[in-house]
Order: sequence, then structure tokens, then C-alpha cells
Amino acid sequence: MWQKLYEELRDQNFMIIAVAMDSRGIDAVRGPIRRAKTTYTSLIDRNHLVAELYNMVNVPQAVWIDERGRIVRPTEVSGAAVAMNLSKVRKTRKIYCDAIRDWVKNGDHSAYVFDEEQSRARLPEFTEDIALAHANFHIGQFLWAAGEQAEASAFLKRAIELNPDSWNFYRQMKNLEHIFGSAGPDFMRRARRWRKEGKEYYPLPDMESMREVMD
Amino acid sequence: MIHLLTADKQLTVPAASGRPKDQLWIPRHVLTELTGWHLESEGLCKGDVCTPLAAGAVEQDGDLVHASALWESLGRPVLHDSAATTWLLGEAAADRQRGLESLEAPDFTLPDIEGKLHSLSDFRGKKVFLSTWASW
Repeated sequence: MWQKLYEELRDQNFMIIAVAMDSRGIDAVRGPIRRAKTTYTSLIDRNHLVAELYNMVNVPQAVWIDERGRIVRPTEVSGAAVAMNLSKVRKTRKIYCDAIRDWVKNGDHSAYVFDEEQSRARLPEFTEDIALAHANFHIGQFLWAAGEQAEASAFLKRAIELNPDSWNFYRQMKNLEHIFGSAGPDFMRRARRWRKEGKEYYPLPDMESMREVMD
Repeated sequence: MIHLLTADKQLTVPAASGRPKDQLWIPRHVLTELTGWHLESEGLCKGDVCTPLAAGAVEQDGDLVHASALWESLGRPVLHDSAATTWLLGEAAADRQRGLESLEAPDFTLPDIEGKLHSLSDFRGKKVFLSTWASW
């Protein structure tokens, strides 16, 4: 999805860094990355470090970072809205990509970047439980890779308990247990419970034009 | 041998002998290698910046430092497996929160599929769209 946008904007001091939150490592993503023939930067993040640094809970999520290394759009769902209506998906994808184009062209004057106060207001809170969750996930992931699966499971489950909003932790653990486990019946049940609680799996990026399409 | 894990580093070092299982004791140079901090009389120092430590916050025994106690005294999580051969020295929520509130995008170094390392800071001077995905 991003390759076309990258090719269009690469000569305007723009880079896409796609980070794969894959605890199964390079082997899990080498195939998909090669087949996609992407020319932007594609990195592998076994420990989910980027999710910790940017307080992310799901994929895909994105952050916009300017030339001075400043966050100008904090962590949000990245790209198109998820909907059963394909026309809405296409429209929202175009809105998001056009927003990135606008930013590359207009920089700080883009309507799609936030000033410091607005950015700070949009940062999800990094709680003690979230910090402890990431610690548990990291050691759990390490032990799983080392073959200590029983102990690893205990740490991974603790990470999920401490940060139940993190679909990354939950789905990664399911995927370690079984390569297709992250989209199985357990996942469906959890997603249904989520919806019953009135929570959004993919909250919309904060863009007026996107809200208008989805309403 | 024990494995020491921090957010951005991983070391395997010999275990200190004769210590309780729930205590991580490591040589000062290992603490420095792991964190970049030097233990000075002024406190914990990285470059020119020193964080003073409360009296008695750092237990030392010759060259060895009680690293797990030091870490916890800084409000950071410490975890270990049942054999105490793998230790996770985590980050404090307050530090992560403060970092994000500064709006300075936290740097990281990760490999591409060829194993070559790249850092976010490599791209300073460009606008970066940082996006996550997963094979699952």
C-alpha cells in the first residue's frame, strides 16, 4: 500500500519506515517483504520495542516525525479505516495518503500536523501497568525464542493482563503458539467482547474528512 | 552465564557466585556496557549528566554492584526467570511518558531482512512516516 506513495514522495525528503512487530523474527517477514518489492525502509522488531517507545497497542499504527525528529502526529491507527464497505475503505485510504502528501508539501503549515499542545493532548498515557506489561512481554518473548515456552507463557499472559488494550501482545502470543492462532476463534471471541464493551478495535485517525466519510 | 536484557541491549555475562537468586549482582563495567552509565561518587553519570543517588541506594561489593536493587530504586521494573539466568531490566513509565511529552521522537535501532541495522536518527533531515505492521 505504501510503495506507490513512497515512490511519489521520496525525492521530497521523505521516508517510510515500516516496522514489523514480529517475535518470530526475520524468517516470518522475509517472504512478504521480498514479494512486496518495497524500496522504503523495512525493519523487524521482535521485542515490540517501537510499540513500547511510542505506546502502541495494535497494528497498523503510525507516528509522523518531522525533519528535526519531532513528533507532529502522535500514535494513531495508520491508513484506511476498516469497514465492510469497500468504497469507504478506498475513500479513507485516499484521505490518509492525501494528508501525508499535504504534510510533505506544506510541512509545519499542513492542516494535518498538530502543534505541541495538540500533540501532547493526543498522547496515550504511559501507565505503570503498561511499563510492566512491556517488561513482561520482552522477557516472555526472549524465553519463548530460547525454548522455555512454559515460563515464557506466564510472562506473556501477564503482559496481556497488565495491558489488556494491547492487541499486539495478545495476537503475538497467539501467533507464537500457532502460526495462524492470531486470527482464530479465541481472537474472534475477544474481538466480540471488545465490541460489546463499546471499544473500538481501530479508532479512526483524528481527521475531520475521515469522520465525515465514516458517519 | 546469565542473559541481561534492557530495552535496547542484550548481554550474556558470567553469573556472580554466592548471591541470592532474587538479586542481580554485576561488575561495574558490565553495568556501564549495558546502560552507558558510570557509577561515580556524584551518582550515576552518563556523559556530563549525573543523577545523584540516595545514600545506600547502591550496594557495592568490590567491583560488583547490586544492579537489580539500583534499578528498582529508580522506579524501573526488574523481572527474571525462575532459574535467575535471564534478567529483564525495564524502563520506568514516568521516563517513557516524559520522553513522549517532550515530543522528541524516541530513537531506535533495528535490523532489516538482511540483518543490517538502521536507526530512526539515520533519517534526521527527512520527514518520516513510521508505521507498524505484522505477519500475524
